[in-house]
Amino acid sequence: MDMHAIEFANVSLCVGGDTLLRKVDGRVPKGRIVALIGPSGSGKSTLLSLCNLMRTPTSGEVFVEGREVRTWPVRKLRQKVAMVFQSPTMFPGTVADNLSFGLHLHGLSLSNPAGLLEDVGLNSSLLDKRAEDLSGGQKQRVALGRTLAMQPDILLLDEVTSALDVHAKLEVERTILSLHESRGTSMLWVTHDLAQARRIADIIFFMDAGELVEVRDDAAAFFEQPQSAPAQRFLATMREGDGVE
Amino acid sequence: MSFATLSFTLVFVAISVGLSIWLRLGVQRDVVIAAVRATIQLVIVGYILKFVFQAHNVLFILAMIALIVCVATWNARSRARHISGIGWRIGLSLLVTEVVTQALLLGLHIIPFQPRYVISLSGMIVGNAMVASGVLLNRLQGEVANKQSEIETVLALGGSPRQAIYPHLKQAIRAGLIPTIDSTKTTGLVQLPGTMSGLIIAGASPVQAVRYQLMILFCILAGSAIASILLGFLAYPRLFNHYEQLVYEEGVQSGRR
Ligand SMILES: Nc1ncnc2c1ncn2[C@@H]1O[C@H](COP(=O)(O)OP(=O)(O)O)[C@@H](O)[C@H]1O
Ligand SMILES: [Mg+2]
Repeated sequence: MDMHAIEFANVSLCVGGDTLLRKVDGRVPKGRIVALIGPSGSGKSTLLSLCNLMRTPTSGEVFVEGREVRTWPVRKLRQKVAMVFQSPTMFPGTVADNLSFGLHLHGLSLSNPAGLLEDVGLNSSLLDKRAEDLSGGQKQRVALGRTLAMQPDILLLDEVTSALDVHAKLEVERTILSLHESRGTSMLWVTHDLAQARRIADIIFFMDAGELVEVRDDAAAFFEQPQSAPAQRFLATMREGDGVE
Repeated sequence: MSFATLSFTLVFVAISVGLSIWLRLGVQRDVVIAAVRATIQLVIVGYILKFVFQAHNVLFILAMIALIVCVATWNARSRARHISGIGWRIGLSLLVTEVVTQALLLGLHIIPFQPRYVISLSGMIVGNAMVASGVLLNRLQGEVANKQSEIETVLALGGSPRQAIYPHLKQAIRAGLIPTIDSTKTTGLVQLPGTMSGLIIAGASPVQAVRYQLMILFCILAGSAIASILLGFLAYPRLFNHYEQLVYEEGVQSGRR
């Protein structure tokens, strides 16, 4: 039987009176990269947080490698399915402390912090700097390094390059893609950068107002010919935005 | 002091009320209520204590201690309505505090097993432990609201709730203890503590009064430390659910990133 890295089965999430997610069905095949795009507030971050059980759906099921997330040992699940948040949080201490933070939680240590730092495009001279003193983009890359150090099988990325300049963005993108090449990491990658989505995606998920309205196996085809009306509108406004810039 | 003499002290209440009306502070009602409540509570407590002291029955002593712990629990609980199941945890930590301190006081023959010692000390120890517990709970909830992203980042890295909360729990426990530590440091310099004043007014020698006061200060320090550390460790698991997610009230949650 074909096992998926992540599978959403009729997933809904309601908080208070709001429906944040409505009947989401979708699959992230093993070893593939899914780009998750959609207007802001459409529920992308929320959908991500279901995969490592940071939140629980109100109804429906989420499977990781064929097993429902609520039946996984929680910490093991979160080691396997790692997440990089939209806004990076640094812990008190140096950059090196932050890079090894995740491993320390599990009683492990980081063998090559300098190498890891260079992998995410930062100079290893930063290792002894206080993490709070870094720029936003540098923090984002340290947070990414901290998560990559855990060697997850599945990676959840939430707009991880949105705070970076073009050069840094491409560098981080390359790091993530090379990890994907070497370890076959499956990824669910939220991005609002359509050119990036086009570069990295095997599959496109398009969300709108809490619904997964379009899933396309061919990223290029999605951008040429979006099928759903919300996706057509979204792509049109995004292109207008680019034109203005 | 006779009731007649005591009634003269109503002059002080009248002064407060008069000032409040004159300056339109709007607290005259509260002053009167406070004065009436204090009078009724203390007069009743006075008679109850008189009865318990004379009866010299262990059951009455235990009942008084139970009452003290219950009232203190109820009071501290109002600080943490949002944490479910916090009530009995507060009660348990106050009870343990009471049992440990009294066991030491009695076991080491620091005080004799007489109701006037046991009950007065219990009141002071539990009362201060109650204040420390209230501060602890308040601060713990504040830390969770402010450090939500740090806590969730630890959880997302596969850390345990304990690993996620520990630095913040430590801060909260410290916050609960600092007022007690600070007032112990300056004791006698700014104001004479209550016990000592009471003993001196009642005619004890200041040197004797100081010894009692020191004993009480040390008991209060230990009691507050035991209560807030115990309560901290009993309370923090209530901040997480079965799936090791941080739980928060609706209001806080809707303000998420
Ligand atoms: N805990 C919550 N309670 C209520 N509303 C929330 C909560 N978390 C997110 N939301 C709302 O859910 C919607 C989707 O949010 P999100 O998943 O962050 O969108 P996206 O990542 O696509 O920008 C937003 O309207 C947001 O305000
Ligand atoms: Mg988002």
